[in-house]
Amino acid sequence: MMDPRALSSPAARPIRAAAARDPGPLGPPPALSAAGITKRFGPLLALDDVSLRLAPGSFHALLGENGAGKSTLVKCIMGYHPADAGEVRVGDAALSIRSPREAQSLGIGMVYQHFTLVMNMTVAENLVLARPSLPLVIDWRKEREAIRAFMARMPFRIDPERTVRELATGEKQKLEILKQLYLGSRILLLDEPTSVLTPAEADEVLGMLRRMADEQRISVLMISHKFREVMAFADEVTVLRRGRVAGRGKARDLTPAAMAEMMVGAQPAHVSAARGDAPAGEPVLRIVGLAATAGRGRRALDGVTLTVRRGEIVGIAGVSGNGQEELVEVLAGQRAAREGAVLVHGEPYGAGREQTRAHRVRCLPEEPLRNACVPAMSVAENLGFRVFDRPPFTALRFGVSRAALRRSAERLVAEYAVKTPSVDAPIGRLSGGNVQRAVLARELGSGEDIELLIAANPCFGLDFAAVAEIRSRILLARNRGTAVLLVSADLDEIFAMADRVLVMSEGRIVHESPIASADVAAIGRAMAGHR
Amino acid sequence: MKLLPQALLGRETAEVIAIPVGALAASLLVFGAFVASQGANPLGVYYDMYRGAFGTWFSFQNTLLRAAPLMLTALCTALPARLGLIVIGGEGAVVVGGLSAASAALASRALGAPPVAVLAAMLLSGLAAGALWIGLAGALRVYRGVSETISSLLLNYIGIAILNHLVEGALRDPASLNKPSTAPIGAENALGNLPGVEVHWGLAYGVLACALCYVLMHRTTFGFAAAMSGGNVRAALLAGLPVKRLVVITCMLAGACAGLAGMVEVAAVHGRASASLVSGYGTTGILVAFIARHNPLAILPVALLLGGIGASGGLLQRTAQLPDATVNVLQGILFIAILASETLRGRPRAAREPEVRQAAPASAVA
Repeated sequence: MMDPRALSSPAARPIRAAAARDPGPLGPPPALSAAGITKRFGPLLALDDVSLRLAPGSFHALLGENGAGKSTLVKCIMGYHPADAGEVRVGDAALSIRSPREAQSLGIGMVYQHFTLVMNMTVAENLVLARPSLPLVIDWRKEREAIRAFMARMPFRIDPERTVRELATGEKQKLEILKQLYLGSRILLLDEPTSVLTPAEADEVLGMLRRMADEQRISVLMISHKFREVMAFADEVTVLRRGRVAGRGKARDLTPAAMAEMMVGAQPAHVSAARGDAPAGEPVLRIVGLAATAGRGRRALDGVTLTVRRGEIVGIAGVSGNGQEELVEVLAGQRAAREGAVLVHGEPYGAGREQTRAHRVRCLPEEPLRNACVPAMSVAENLGFRVFDRPPFTALRFGVSRAALRRSAERLVAEYAVKTPSVDAPIGRLSGGNVQRAVLARELGSGEDIELLIAANPCFGLDFAAVAEIRSRILLARNRGTAVLLVSADLDEIFAMADRVLVMSEGRIVHESPIASADVAAIGRAMAGHR
Repeated sequence: MKLLPQALLGRETAEVIAIPVGALAASLLVFGAFVASQGANPLGVYYDMYRGAFGTWFSFQNTLLRAAPLMLTALCTALPARLGLIVIGGEGAVVVGGLSAASAALASRALGAPPVAVLAAMLLSGLAAGALWIGLAGALRVYRGVSETISSLLLNYIGIAILNHLVEGALRDPASLNKPSTAPIGAENALGNLPGVEVHWGLAYGVLACALCYVLMHRTTFGFAAAMSGGNVRAALLAGLPVKRLVVITCMLAGACAGLAGMVEVAAVHGRASASLVSGYGTTGILVAFIARHNPLAILPVALLLGGIGASGGLLQRTAQLPDATVNVLQGILFIAILASETLRGRPRAAREPEVRQAAPASAVA
């Protein structure tokens, strides 16, 4: 076999780019193996002697809790991080991959959780511009023909002339995969590729990858949290726990329970609160005829009316992009309402600091780093956002007592198991799951009973242990009498938690039913816009 | 928070100091090449600049006199920067502050007020005029979505035009023939010198303002709220903070500082309002604020340095036969070097540590 390194020489690139357009008959993709990878970040041992082998044409799932080292391992393979010890082999050659571009030239491609597409360019433009080297003048007619020929060989097609913005989420993720294939990648690394997809879209995308792997066209290494997907599509599984390999095996030999045990180890399962059966009390949140506009004057909310009572969880289901985000933004004070009223305890509510405090309203928005944290401020400061301006966190009335903030943060970090080097570290450096835990600690950990909780996809992108913990904390709050508005794109979550389900479509509430008598088919029709 | 950051020897602290110092050294090199091309010996020029700025007690006093207004105008850019706003309207705020201080002095003098009352009237009207001026830029930002950078820049021209209009018209002293000015405020109403030195009280105002602004921005709940809003406006809104009000108040404080600089120029230096108020202190203040990374305490030494560079222009002209605008060339080189060096921040780390992700600053509101 030819040394794959030869492909990385600049002179070889055009040849390779040509090969991407006309691959001809291909052998199976090269095997990828990582042996004894160790990686430290300061005092933190992120990876400790981790080995993994990706056989040609296999579909390998990498499982683990948040912070277990999955992303770090993949980044070491891709050359983002130099590993402190260990080696990565592609085919027969042991290589030290020093940069993502080098990995790319060896045929290793990465698909991220979030899109790396240029939204206002066409599919064809996105594909061509992703190439590592481009001629000074692009012959678009030739490129289009090449892309058409390329698409013809793919198991699915996207019109190359469409603008990426117009594509549905699932199509965008498929385009990310197509882009890697177009670039000639034979080994695909995917970091939670389905987290932004509906279950049906996820099945379609993963099914396609599975087929291509079966045909020996590609090998797949996928980071995932979802046992269902792992069981349905993967043939091999490696589980990481705290930077070490906690278990591995063939997917058909493993059960979700066995994998879960490998992920969390011998620790006892997190408390799962049972739903109390006290009846819902008086209304806490009332929204009447709420309307709001989003970018370019689009009417995102179009007369939303709903009520949330004391001690009940009202779930809002719907396909994302139907106004749920804007509804939460209005309730969080991040977007102005055009019409209508938001009433808490019968009083007009505008999410100002005094009102939030008087009515004890808390919010768990989605994307907590973007919506609820200042990345450059410390964990202690971020945990103090709700309380920094009142005793005991003030000094001399107008001053902020950093010492008091730090003490309270130490307690919250311990209680909510936030993994951080110290409470003085900028919160932006924490992993996504730990940012989420920190926000949860701030919003729920104040010790006082919360009257109204607004939660938007609170478990998005989290591993199952964290999901169980967050759900049980929300259920416990409900049992203590908190009124909860739960906006979720995950219907299973709503069925697991809510007392009542509302369906939102095109900025309106189009369906309502108590969870006990909820009909999944009817909800599905409502979500799809059929009344 | 301790007085000194705890990681004094840590990498980030080293970076905070090393990057501006490196930029300074690089711009001195470039400037050296420039003066060499003009036929002067760079080392001689630097020595002359040192002498002209800090070499003698006389030249040091001159430096202090120039540093005082720079401290105040630098605050005009540094305070809004904590909220993520880039305000470059210091010059206009100096002008309207000086103009309204002179008008207040003339009005209160006409009413027969004693010197203390005249000075108090000047102080208050200077502060108020500057506050309204930059407050307007802040309000346009949050309520109308106008870029504060553009509006404060344009407000400079408006302020200067108003000054020229009034000193050449309604407020013109008929006795000021060559240089249209307002009537003098009167020697008895002038702002005096600090005890024992030939430096007016404006320096004390500048130092005090920087100290107060440091405490406000780094130690108080107001500063905490401002840092939240500047760091991520969505998080600040979620926490229920009145972000728009914070922006307007901070802009008003910033403008008040620059307005105070204008008042000091009128009350201690010129004794009247004239086109001399347009002296570039507002513009140099932007440079001071950026070099000081918008930290009010760091503004003090930086203002001294830039004041010294300005003060050395005269000596340079006499000894090296270079035009006194040469020091402006150095200022320009410095500004570009400092702005460019910002991109080096965190470079050696970026490859290994996850980056602190950026979030929307308060300027993104409205």
